[in-house]
Amino acid sequence: MQKEYTVTVYTEDRIGITNRISVIFTRRGINITSLTTAETEIPGVYKFIITVLSERDRLEKVVGQIEKLIEIHRAFVHDEDEVVYQELALYKISTKSLHTGDIEKIIRDNNARILTITPDYFVIEKTGHQQELIAMLQKLEPYGLIEYSKSGRVAIVKWSRRFHEHLKDLSLIEADNLKD
Amino acid sequence: MQQKDVLPMRTESDKRATAPATEIITGAEAVIRSLIAEGVDTIFGYPGGAIMPIYDALYDFQDKVHHILVRHEQGATHAAQGYARANGRVGVVFATSGPGATNLVTGLADAHMDSTPMVCITGQVAAALLGTDAFQETDVIGITMPITKWNIQVTRPEDIPGAIAKAFYIARSGRPGPVLVDITKNAQVAKLDFQYKACEHIRSYHPHPALNADAVKAAAELINNAKRPYILCGHGVLLAGAEKELIALAEKADIAVASTLLGLSAVPVDHPNYVGYTGMHGNYGPNINTNECDVLLAVGMRFDDRITGDVTAFARQAKIIHIEIDKAEINKIIPADVAVHADAKEALAALLPLVNKASHPEWLQMFKDADKKEDEKVRNRELYPTEGQLKMAEVVRVISEQTDGRAILVTDVGQHQMIASRYYRFKDPNTNITSGGMGTMGFSLPAAMGAKVGAPDKEVVAIIGDGCFQMTLQELGTIYQSEIGVKIVILNNNFLGMVRQWQQLFFDKRYSSTEMINPDFVQIAKGFFVPGRKITERSELEGAVKEMLATKGAYLLECVVEQEDNVFPMVPAGAPISSIRLE
Repeated sequence: MQKEYTVTVYTEDRIGITNRISVIFTRRGINITSLTTAETEIPGVYKFIITVLSERDRLEKVVGQIEKLIEIHRAFVHDEDEVVYQELALYKISTKSLHTGDIEKIIRDNNARILTITPDYFVIEKTGHQQELIAMLQKLEPYGLIEYSKSGRVAIVKWSRRFHEHLKDLSLIEADNLKD
Repeated sequence: MQQKDVLPMRTESDKRATAPATEIITGAEAVIRSLIAEGVDTIFGYPGGAIMPIYDALYDFQDKVHHILVRHEQGATHAAQGYARANGRVGVVFATSGPGATNLVTGLADAHMDSTPMVCITGQVAAALLGTDAFQETDVIGITMPITKWNIQVTRPEDIPGAIAKAFYIARSGRPGPVLVDITKNAQVAKLDFQYKACEHIRSYHPHPALNADAVKAAAELINNAKRPYILCGHGVLLAGAEKELIALAEKADIAVASTLLGLSAVPVDHPNYVGYTGMHGNYGPNINTNECDVLLAVGMRFDDRITGDVTAFARQAKIIHIEIDKAEINKIIPADVAVHADAKEALAALLPLVNKASHPEWLQMFKDADKKEDEKVRNRELYPTEGQLKMAEVVRVISEQTDGRAILVTDVGQHQMIASRYYRFKDPNTNITSGGMGTMGFSLPAAMGAKVGAPDKEVVAIIGDGCFQMTLQELGTIYQSEIGVKIVILNNNFLGMVRQWQQLFFDKRYSSTEMINPDFVQIAKGFFVPGRKITERSELEGAVKEMLATKGAYLLECVVEQEDNVFPMVPAGAPISSIRLE
C-alpha cells in the first residue's frame, strides 16, 4: 500500500550526486515529494532526506540500488514511526490583517513566531509535521496570505546511534580528493 | 588479404616513458602514462577535435600501446567488451566529445547490464566552454550517469591520474562495469606534476563483501538435506573465476547444473552434471525442472525475466540460496531463503567442505528424460535435417564439431543467438561472448574483433544474423586495417527472424517490417578485402566451414538458411516457465 516514507542517504560531496540518486526513483516512476540535503557532523559527508509516497518493498529495492552507487555510504528506508522529524514553514501576511480577527491566538495556539514585521507585511514561522503546517495555512488564509513556503523534512532516526559511530570512523579515512 | 598502406609505427623507444616517477608533463601525456601504469596495451578508439591532444600524446607511445582505429565509436565499445570478456582485462575506449561520446551510449549500457569492465575516456570542450552549447559539447556525464558504474568529469590536469586510477579500480572490482572519464581539452593541454598511484580503496565503496560464515553454513545445510538440488550458474561464476569450485561442488553433492545465457561456457557442455541452458529459449529439462527442484542454488546471476518468466510461478516449491556479489540483486526479483552476499569463488570454496558427498541419480534422470523429449520434438530435426533448406542449428553444429567446442563464440542478438547458445558445445570458460541483458543488435562483429585481439591464440567465430550484421558491418574496415583474424558466419534468413517469430506466434502472422531485402554480403566483404563464400546447400556446409577455418586471417561465410524457422523450446514472455512450448 502507498504510504509516506522517509529515505535517508549518506553521500560523499560530489557534483551530480543528487542526479544520481533521483534518477533511481525516476526509473521506477516514484515521485519525490520533498528533499532536504546538508552536510552532516562529519565534514565531507552529506545526508539526503527524501520523502516519497510508495510501498516499502519497492523502496527497499530502490535503496539497494542507491547504495550501489560509488559515492554513497549508506541508504535507508524509514516508516513514519521510525523517525523523529520536523518541517518548517514561513507565512507572509499582509500587515493590514493585523487589525482583523485574532491572529495572536493563532500564533500562540500553534507555537509559531513572528520573524519580521514591515509596514506592508509580516512573516510567521512555524515548525511541525506537514499536516500541522497546512492546518495553520488554512487558518491564516482569511488574513490575506501573500506567500507561503515550506521546507522539506529534517529527520533523526530513532535507532541510529551505532551509525553515527560508523560515520565518525569514516572521518578517519581520507576523503576522495577528486572534485569535479 | 591485399597489401595495404599503413603508416609505419614509430619504433624509437620513448625516453619519457622510462624517466623518474615524478615530472612535469601535459594532461594528455598523463592520460597515456596512467593507462600504461594500469597495464593497458590496447585501446579501441576514434579521434576527434576535443581528444586530439590525447591522440597526439599517444603518437609517442605506439611501441607500448596499440590503438585500434574503429569505424564507429559504438564498435569501439563492443570491441572493448569482447576484449574484456575474452581475456578478463579492462577494455579501454577513446572517443571525442559530442557525437563521439553519444555513440558510446549503447556499448556503455550493454556493458553495464552485462557486468563488463570497461574504461571509456572522452574528450570534452574546454572547461570555460562547459554549459555554453559549444561546438561538439554534450553533457556526457549526465547522459551516461544511469548506464555507467561510475563517471567523472576532469577539468584540471592534476586530477587526471587520480581519476584514471579510480576508474580502473571501480571498473574491475566487485561486480565489474563500465566507467567513463570525461576530460576537458584545457586539462589535456595544461601541465601537471605527474605521479601515478593505483587506487586501492574508496571509503564509500565496498566491492569485496566479507563472507558470512553463518549464511554459508545455512546454505550447506539446505544442500545436505536436498533430494533435488539444482544450480543456476550465472555470469558471476566466470567473472569470479569460480568454474572449478562450482564443478567441484556439483560433483561432490551430485547437483544438477544449468546455465544462464551469460553463464554458458563456465561448465563444459559434456559434463555429467550439466543439464543445459535455461531461459526463454533454453533447454526443456532445466526450465521445467526449475519447478521440480527442492533447493535452488543461484550463483552469480540476477533472475532476469528471460529466466524466470512469471515470477509468481518460478521455483515456488524450492528453497532459494542466492550467492551474489551485488547486494542490490539479492531479493530484487526472487526472495532468497539464504542470501550469501559474496564473491562466487570465495563462497563456493567455503561451501565445498561443508557439503556432504551425495548421489541423486533419479533427479538427474529427470533431466535425461526431458532431454529425450527435446531430442525427439526439436533437436534431432534441427541438428540433423535431411531435407529442406539449411537450418541455423546444423550450421552451428558443424562449427562446434570442427572447432571442437574450443572457439570463442561471439553471437549477436535474435534467433541465431539463441540457436548458437543452444547448440554450441562449449568446453572452455569465457568462450561465450554475447549481448545478454541489453540484447544489442550489432554487438557481435565488433565484439568478436575485440575478443580476437584479447585472445589472439583462440579461434574466434562470430555468428551473426543478417539484420545484426548490417548494424555494424563497417567494422570490416577495422578488421582489414588491423588484420584481425575473426571468422564471420552470417546466418541469413532474409528476415528479422526473432521479431518475425513473435509476429507469427503472437501477432497473427502480420509480418510488419521484418522482411529484409539484403545486399550481397560476400561482395561487401570483398570490398573490405575480406575473403568469403556464400552457401545455400547442405552438401556445401562441411566443406565451407572447413575452408573458413583453414583460412589465415578474417573470413566471411554467408549461410542462407530456412526463412521461416522458429526457435523452440520457447517460454512465452511473462508466462510461467512450466508453460514452455516444444513446438
